[in-house]
Amino acid sequence: MVNGLTLGSVYAIVALGYTMVYGIIQLINFAHGEVVMIGAMVAYTVIVTLTGAHTGLPPVLIVLLGLLVAIPACMGVGYTLERIAYRPLRRAPRLAPLITAIGLSIILQHLALIIWSRNPLPYPQIIATVPYQLTSTPNGATITNVQVAIIAGSLLMMGGLLLLVYRTKLGIAMRATAQNQEVAGLMGIDINKVISLTFVIGAALGAVAGVMVGSYYGIAHYQMGFILGLKAFSAAVLGGIGNLAGAMLGGLLLGVIEALGAGYVGDLTNLCNLASWSNALAARCESDPNLTLFGSNYQDVFAFLVLIAVLIFRPSGLLGERVADRA
Amino acid sequence: MQNVFDTRNNPQLAWAGIALVAATLLVLPFALTYAGTFWVRITNQAILYCFLALGLNIVVGFAGLLDLGYIAFYAVGAYVYALLASPHFDLHLPFWVILPIGAAVACLFGVLLGAPTLKLRGDYLAIVTLGFGEIIRIFLNNLSQPVNITNGPQGIATIDPFRLRTFNFSQRETILGLDFTGPVKYYYFFLAALIAVIVINMRLQDSRIGRAWEAIREDETAARAMGINTRNIKLLAFAMGASFGGIAGGMFAATQQFISPESFILVESVMVLAMVVLGGMGNIWGVVLGAVLLSFVPEILRFTVEPVQKALFGRMLLEPEVIRMLLFGMALVGMMLYRPAGILPSALRKRELEGGKT
Repeated sequence: MVNGLTLGSVYAIVALGYTMVYGIIQLINFAHGEVVMIGAMVAYTVIVTLTGAHTGLPPVLIVLLGLLVAIPACMGVGYTLERIAYRPLRRAPRLAPLITAIGLSIILQHLALIIWSRNPLPYPQIIATVPYQLTSTPNGATITNVQVAIIAGSLLMMGGLLLLVYRTKLGIAMRATAQNQEVAGLMGIDINKVISLTFVIGAALGAVAGVMVGSYYGIAHYQMGFILGLKAFSAAVLGGIGNLAGAMLGGLLLGVIEALGAGYVGDLTNLCNLASWSNALAARCESDPNLTLFGSNYQDVFAFLVLIAVLIFRPSGLLGERVADRA
Repeated sequence: MQNVFDTRNNPQLAWAGIALVAATLLVLPFALTYAGTFWVRITNQAILYCFLALGLNIVVGFAGLLDLGYIAFYAVGAYVYALLASPHFDLHLPFWVILPIGAAVACLFGVLLGAPTLKLRGDYLAIVTLGFGEIIRIFLNNLSQPVNITNGPQGIATIDPFRLRTFNFSQRETILGLDFTGPVKYYYFFLAALIAVIVINMRLQDSRIGRAWEAIREDETAARAMGINTRNIKLLAFAMGASFGGIAGGMFAATQQFISPESFILVESVMVLAMVVLGGMGNIWGVVLGAVLLSFVPEILRFTVEPVQKALFGRMLLEPEVIRMLLFGMALVGMMLYRPAGILPSALRKRELEGGKT
């Protein structure tokens, strides 16, 4: 459950990146997962160099410095993406930007491969994890300081983003652009600037998420962005795409579903529960009590199943409004 | 290209052109064998990619439904063949029985994917199909427990080649004084199949169904208003595209004689999509051209990149594989920005993609 919440808050932050861009220009930024990956990689480089240089800085500061470098790097990537691939195609049919996004995501992945090699990079665990007991039983739920930091950090960012969108001038401009670009333009809003800023903010969130994933799993890989992006997108859809609160809720929910699902599906589909039905089955269970139909290696499937289920039963998501089809 | 092969207005030139192409295609494998049997294998793979690209073209090009998990059907076809013709289950059915089964199973999966996604459009559909492709791959990877069906990540080996009574496609033989190696035999079989598929596709495009797909692609709401059963027609697009993928998968399994989930990763889906996009969505010849280009360019790169880099920098800086993927990505982006309708655009697509917002 705690693992689920931690994972969920990371998903939520990545999902925010998707949902903001979608909200404003109705476009799925396929390359967003790659932005997260770049964030993790850049921070990795900074952390490793600083740790290797024996600067004597406290570990927390090193991670923060890594973040501080990763955020502008990702902002740059986000801006470039928007500028090269999306802006020229803003008025093109929707298939076109989708395909450029896939192309960009491939390019980013392989650039990262060239820079950071194809091997998984071990994220240095410079902050010692300290588990705290939540319950008095020895094998009860625990929460580590890293998990606390991740959850608190993402809550903080979500709050900040909500303030930004609903309480500042830029936020008003963003919401106006989302509703109607032409009219917003007539009202004196620089639409290009607002859209660029949306991409940049999304990318900055992505950078933070990247560092979180890196330090949580202790590993960074040039392909990590893809599956993460996919899950975060599922989370955004689950919550109602284009809706900020929805993305947060969806992310948290998805994380919990995934963690619980992976934890229990093995027990639920354990064929040994049916051992009384057949002697052959019972005999096999004698030798191997973990005769499961679906083990935790199916964890990744849950996100997609959730996604498909949501799209069938409630396409607008949990918190989304029904939107008319765009022909 | 179209003008040269215009049989109606200029029959002499057209038939001469067709004869020339046919002769080239017939002699091609022997010419390639001189360069190495390896090149014949690549040609066979290119033909399989043509199959896949044509199948995907039905879904993306004709019906306008972006499918990013297309490789899953290829995987299904390949695994059906592998399971029914290998020592894994000790089943050895003949290929002409399995290929239709593979097509049917892939078709079933196509409907399975299509049914829940009917209401979705554009980007949502892309993501769901992508997820579907991944689900299939995860299952292939993990279905080795508790009952070993797919043999997990190790894949299935020693798959039977195509066999017709005593005629074995994988063995070397001399017929009429000509030396037929295994790949050369497969080449002729695949070529014949490819021509059949192209003809089917051309007939489909002009048929009632083809026109219905086009109508859905242009404007689904209007198509429905015109009395087209959009649900069935879309399902049909998925099913037909999937069955072509399934057949290609069976052929792939037979030529490679070994398959594993590794062969069916997302990148492959993207590559097939790149072929369709590069050649020209909706145009059969364009798609074939795209498939041929994208299958040969990486192989040529493989042979040129290394010496060139060694000559320039004295060592290997970038692996050909990486360069290939970078080029893919850039091709996708570049095509969309500068020539969105593809190298050989279909007339309608061109109007749609270059005429601004529709």
